[in-house]
Amino acid sequence: MKSTVPMLRRIQVMEGPLTIYTASEQKDVLLSLFPLAHEVELDLSNVDELDSAGLQLLILIKRESFKEGTQLVLSNPSATVLEALRLSGLDDYFANPSFTVSVGA
Amino acid sequence: MAQPMNMDDVLQTFIAESRELLLQMEDALLQIEQSPHDLDTINGLFRVAHTIKGSAGLFGLMPIVEFTHVAESVLDRVRSLEVRVDEALSALFLDARDHIGQLIDLLAEDGDLERLGEPLRVQGQRLAERLSMYLQAPVAPPASVAQDQSPMAAEGPGHWHLSVRFGADMFRNGMDPLAFLRYLSTLGHLAHTVTLFDALPPLLSMDPETNYLGFELALVSDASREVIDGAFDFVRDDALVLILAPQADIQAYRAHIDALPEDNTVLLELLVRCGSLTEAQAALVIQDEAPTPAVAPEVAQDSQATPAKAGKGAVNNEGNLIRVDAAKLDQLINLVGELIIAGAGANLVAVRSGIGEMIEATSLLSRLVEEVRDSALTLRMVQIGATFTRFQRVVRDVSKELGKDIVLRIGGGETELDKTVVERIGDPLTHLVRNAMDHGIEAVSTRLQRGKPAQGTVRLNAYHESGSIVIEVSDDGGGLAKHKILAKARERGLVGEGQVPADKDILNLIFEPGFSTADQVSNLSGRGVGMDVVKRNITALRGSVSLESEEGQGTTVRIRLPLTLAIIDGFLIGVGKASYVIPLNMVEECIELEPGQGAESGFLDLRGDVLPILRLRDMFAVQEPGGIRENVVVVHYAGLRAGLVVDRLQGEFQTVIKPLGKVFGEAHGLGGFTILGSGAVALILDIPNLLGLVAKEATNRSTPRPLSIQ
Repeated sequence: MKSTVPMLRRIQVMEGPLTIYTASEQKDVLLSLFPLAHEVELDLSNVDELDSAGLQLLILIKRESFKEGTQLVLSNPSATVLEALRLSGLDDYFANPSFTVSVGA
Repeated sequence: MAQPMNMDDVLQTFIAESRELLLQMEDALLQIEQSPHDLDTINGLFRVAHTIKGSAGLFGLMPIVEFTHVAESVLDRVRSLEVRVDEALSALFLDARDHIGQLIDLLAEDGDLERLGEPLRVQGQRLAERLSMYLQAPVAPPASVAQDQSPMAAEGPGHWHLSVRFGADMFRNGMDPLAFLRYLSTLGHLAHTVTLFDALPPLLSMDPETNYLGFELALVSDASREVIDGAFDFVRDDALVLILAPQADIQAYRAHIDALPEDNTVLLELLVRCGSLTEAQAALVIQDEAPTPAVAPEVAQDSQATPAKAGKGAVNNEGNLIRVDAAKLDQLINLVGELIIAGAGANLVAVRSGIGEMIEATSLLSRLVEEVRDSALTLRMVQIGATFTRFQRVVRDVSKELGKDIVLRIGGGETELDKTVVERIGDPLTHLVRNAMDHGIEAVSTRLQRGKPAQGTVRLNAYHESGSIVIEVSDDGGGLAKHKILAKARERGLVGEGQVPADKDILNLIFEPGFSTADQVSNLSGRGVGMDVVKRNITALRGSVSLESEEGQGTTVRIRLPLTLAIIDGFLIGVGKASYVIPLNMVEECIELEPGQGAESGFLDLRGDVLPILRLRDMFAVQEPGGIRENVVVVHYAGLRAGLVVDRLQGEFQTVIKPLGKVFGEAHGLGGFTILGSGAVALILDIPNLLGLVAKEATNRSTPRPLSIQ
């Protein structure tokens, strides 16, 4: 990333399971992203588990980004994440027209 | 029940379970007559039919499977609101239930259905034909219930539509909603999923461990409703699950969206998004909403309650109950009885030895034994409610037969009593209820003439009273005509011409063998066999019957039964060298008898009341000299009170009741015996009988009758 303004784009790498067991901590991680940068990229390549509690958190922050008119991108989703998104019918919701594989990933 | 030797245990379980289920079915059917929209009840009915069919299939009992299948199919249509339950249908189902019951009975007798007779077969066929009339399309073969669809409903899509709102505690209970979706997708193909997250609160107030999600699902599957619904068995309490069958009609859709918490327009949009409705159909649903608004909310409410309650009973029951052979329980109670006697022996030795530690140890032991006794006895206790509810059916059938409008009201169903007693009280109760309906409740015209409501009421009530349980059967009918009873009694020579017995005694005459005052003998009752049998049955249970009747107002029959047949808390008294036991709960107080208090006259002045007394010393012809002082034990039972004069008061004693041999059958006033810690035998006094004796003597000597405390 060449941008010198950190608030323009931010990449957050989510680590480990995104489940009910970690939901509280992961929510704190997500909260630390606020105020949202113009573009936020959540790298989900290391998310090896995702349940409804985790999905709910992703929905929460996605909804927030819509509200604030910023971009939220889920990048490099792992197989688990893809499966959950497909199952819940939310792939459209998270799909980003300007989706690109992050260079920073 | 005579069981063939080779009968499988599993089959027995099936029989027991089926009988239980059939009882549930009967309850549900009677309930549904009152509230035909109750989806909860309909679901219950369906589950019963489905379970019986399923289990019967395991045993290859084809007659049951085939018959139940037809019933189940009809119920399925009832459930998807395609068929309405009316009186005719519920009556038909009651017959169907009875038919299944007969098949199960046959199975219980023979262990198979080889002996299925022609009449039963024909009956089954007829019922099946009548049931099939409710299936517009012919019944599909058992394997594909789900495909059984009516032509009139062919409006919707070819997939199931599920609306699921998971409860807030879902995660905390270890459930993952996504797992349900994953499971559902194994049943077929999840064509479309919409995740609802409108309930998600703002960022900061959102609790990451609370579930806010709901789903709208389109599921293409051949599975039956039961299977799909079964996926949510574990979360029934905590989730709202609504299922729309493929090709459901507009009404079903409306009921569906009305039952969901969200706004109807939003829901319709979701249904369209799932492909479960076309835009045009959605418009139709909205249009349809206008003309019949009155029905919709009711249906909605019912169905909303369904997921919360439906599975609950079943799941709970399965989890918390185990079936135990009654014989094993009896064995346990017997052993506890022996334990009590042995414990009393040990106690005695300890006291004699005078070793403090020993006494302490044995007293701790007896306390524990007492607790064991209590909990062992409660194992046998069952609520009488189930027995009472069974009478709904009796009342319903008999009132139809008689052409009277009679309703059964039940009170005190939670009262508990010994299982053996419950089992044996059924027949006498049936008799009394039938009597009340047949003879008690008048014809509608007479009722209206007398200014009573056209609908007659029969009441069953139960409550505890001083160590016994009281069961009341009452009606608001014509009451007993005392002059008729008296005339009949004179005719039969039971009462002399000039004699005029007290009202109560007149009423009690109807318990004499062969006594009936019904003007007309109907096929239900009135043939003169009855009340005496009722009395005999109840006396055999160490109980008693009494009767109250007000002419023109109604009749109440009161049955008193001991709580348990095995072990009681007793009060030990001594007369001469021997000891006797009085059931503790009948003892009211003990007073010292001063010499010269006039006890010889047969009654005492008890704080201003007249108390008849009975000298046990005289009664049992005891020769040995007693103590210096005598005591009076005041006992009461069934509203009567009397004093027993005894030599010694020996305190409380846990009493294991052992029956007396036949030789003593004629001995009045003895209810059994027990073994004391010392090994000596103590006789148990039959207080109700003694009080009766006192009453009789009082009449003969024209001294006061036992004090009435009512």
